[in-house]
Amino acid sequence: MSFISAAEADKNTYDVIVVGSGAAGGQTAYTLTMDGARVLMLEAGRNYTPATETPMMQTNADAPLRGSGTPEKPFGFWDATIDGGWDVPGEPYTSASDDPARKFVWWRARMLGGRTNHWGRISLRNGPYDFKPHTRDGLGFDWPMSYEDLAPYYDKVEMLIGVYGANDGLENTPNSPPGVLLPPPKPRVSDLLIQQRARKLKIPVVAGHRAVLTQRLDHTRLPKLLHPGNAKAQKILGEDMQKRAACFFATPCGRGCSIRANYQSTTVHLPPALDTGNLDIVTDAMVRIVTKRKDGSAEGVVFIDRKTGAEHRVKARVVVLAASALESVRILLNSGVANGSGKVGKYIMDTVGANFSGQVPVLEDLPLHNEDGVDGLHLYTPWWLYKEQLAGKLGFARGYHFEFGGGRTMPGMGTVSGMEWINGGNYGKKFKEDARRYYGSFVGFAGRGEMIPNDDCYAELDPTLKDKFGIPVLRFHWKWSQHELGQAAHMQKTAAEIIDAMGGRYPVKPQTGEKAIKQGGIIIHEVGGAMMGDDPTKSVTNSFGQCWDMKNLFITDGATLCSNADKNPTLTIMALAWRASDHMLGLMKRKEL
Amino acid sequence: MSLDRRTTLKWMFAAAATVPALQALGYAPQPQARDVAAGQAGYGTDPDLTKEWRPGGPWPLTLGVAARLTTAALCDLIIPADDHSPAATAVGVVDFIDEWISAPYPQQRGDREIILPGLTWIEAEAQSRFSKAFAALDQPQKEAIANDICNAAKGAPQFATAATFFAKFRDLTAGGFYTTPVGMKDIGYTGNVPLAKFDGPPLSVLKKVGLA
Repeated sequence: MSFISAAEADKNTYDVIVVGSGAAGGQTAYTLTMDGARVLMLEAGRNYTPATETPMMQTNADAPLRGSGTPEKPFGFWDATIDGGWDVPGEPYTSASDDPARKFVWWRARMLGGRTNHWGRISLRNGPYDFKPHTRDGLGFDWPMSYEDLAPYYDKVEMLIGVYGANDGLENTPNSPPGVLLPPPKPRVSDLLIQQRARKLKIPVVAGHRAVLTQRLDHTRLPKLLHPGNAKAQKILGEDMQKRAACFFATPCGRGCSIRANYQSTTVHLPPALDTGNLDIVTDAMVRIVTKRKDGSAEGVVFIDRKTGAEHRVKARVVVLAASALESVRILLNSGVANGSGKVGKYIMDTVGANFSGQVPVLEDLPLHNEDGVDGLHLYTPWWLYKEQLAGKLGFARGYHFEFGGGRTMPGMGTVSGMEWINGGNYGKKFKEDARRYYGSFVGFAGRGEMIPNDDCYAELDPTLKDKFGIPVLRFHWKWSQHELGQAAHMQKTAAEIIDAMGGRYPVKPQTGEKAIKQGGIIIHEVGGAMMGDDPTKSVTNSFGQCWDMKNLFITDGATLCSNADKNPTLTIMALAWRASDHMLGLMKRKEL
Repeated sequence: MSLDRRTTLKWMFAAAATVPALQALGYAPQPQARDVAAGQAGYGTDPDLTKEWRPGGPWPLTLGVAARLTTAALCDLIIPADDHSPAATAVGVVDFIDEWISAPYPQQRGDREIILPGLTWIEAEAQSRFSKAFAALDQPQKEAIANDICNAAKGAPQFATAATFFAKFRDLTAGGFYTTPVGMKDIGYTGNVPLAKFDGPPLSVLKKVGLA
């Protein structure tokens, strides 16, 4: 089994159809096929081969516009994303409001592996508070599970994909068991300076957690832990782990990685899943609806072959939506299934984002040294004001973390630009001296915080507009609450205080929350829309992503999240997908599906 | 040349979005409308990432001969040869600026509205002050014009628009130059080489910053 055509898929029979090939689809297909289930994966975009398509080592001088982002490549020319962005040609969405503050923008990628090919690889565990937010502060919704329920799956995912980090034992920032994390990279000089100065402000700075191999995975120990009693799975995974190289500390991760040193679905989940012989993949397959049997259960899906426009029907015992939270919501709404609660499309969330940056004189004119490292997040600041917040001292209810960076990164168009706020503006030999002097002396702080689900943020079908396939599109409603705006203002103020403590300066003073907060959807952490719960009248699925109204329909992507902690959702999505897939396997073995 | 307020604001916004440290974090600026100029194609949403691209490849260059001469003279005034590296024109910055202002995307089309009138203004200024083409001026004459427009905060009000142009042109020249191998070496970028291990900053760096 392997990559097949749409017509071939029509003829075959499968245990499970998985819609989507990213973090959720990849993990779901991996777990199912390693345990013997026959899976058909449908991906809306084209096939993608990181080994031959990744631009390793190219410099910006080799790219049009020196690699700058454009509407066709929003994260820059070398970014791995194919046919993606906030605006995908022929696949529109709409907004219910013309007010820019109430518009949501929706990022999609149309390629095998989805956005896992370009993501930031930041891999943080939700903590115990994050599963019971309503119990803690009376806002939002509790999850129908606790941290202890998901912890074993966080362990498994971290061991499978490879995550570096350290166990710092901080509040609501869980440790991993011994032997799970890879060693973190050494901090850069700007990281160490931030750490030293932030300490005076009682702000913690600890090792970041990212899905990058700082050393090769232990291919003898880990497969036994991940697949006990399954010799075939152990053998396949052990062999595949040996094909993944450790990071060689060059090339930004957003380009993808041809040596498979970071996590992408296409380099970590799909190769061993294909090696089982149990996985078929059809690319360019745009799923329109889930079809229903007479008994009300899911029969399969209808998809459109992007290349021919022809419609295909495939069937299986189980259907899994892992198409990304809002694409799964769209499929549910267009199918008219699993919505007895009326909650499909409700409570969509993004991450609160606000950035602040400055320049630090003590970092000027440093001796030359290579700071590429593992690209992002050698150190970071987890949320630290839990007690003050619970006591009501902050004016907003949930936390954020800081991702920060700086240093002597590969020059791009922004590296020596806009220096007027520092030197007034000059030219000639003095300008070249200034370029050398200030290079590497800038630091940037990206606050990334928890948004609380609210009644004003939801998706529904647009009453008239259809995409180029004739599929009705989503219409978004969006509104930040005072919690998010207050948090964004706090991010700005705190980042400025840290830069002050470094003896630095900044071109723009801290802004209000309304001005600083990034538009909904910009941080690309959209989750929710098919929330899990204990009560079928108030939620779409149970804690295994199993739809209350259609027992053989599962959702394993971010749609089921009840809250969107400041921990970035991808690791949690993968842990949930593994847990849901284990549950599915059990039900299938017991003939309950 | 005249810049309407909308164009100016758009440019200021674009400048604010290019703070180096945030680029280093990998954060893209705000989404831009997919508004590729009518009749012109960009490189598409799935360009070949395995080949080396050069100006004139993805879309035709559009600067005329005279404008290229002015551009070259201005590039080398901003980034002349010094003990560290050659001048901007020696590493293809004119072709790069031409590629930039000929691109079909909204930001670049906006910059074109600043750069082309700016080059015209420079030539007119050279003629009115010295009765010569800008490229034919001697160094003190070029500096006489540049000194009036290189620092917007200190510049006279009648040079405000020209100063906006100069700042944009300087950013493009520097972007074109410091992304080349020669420019990266000049500025002190020593990365993009495979390493067996990452050692972090050397002791000399930590000592200078007061961390060791």
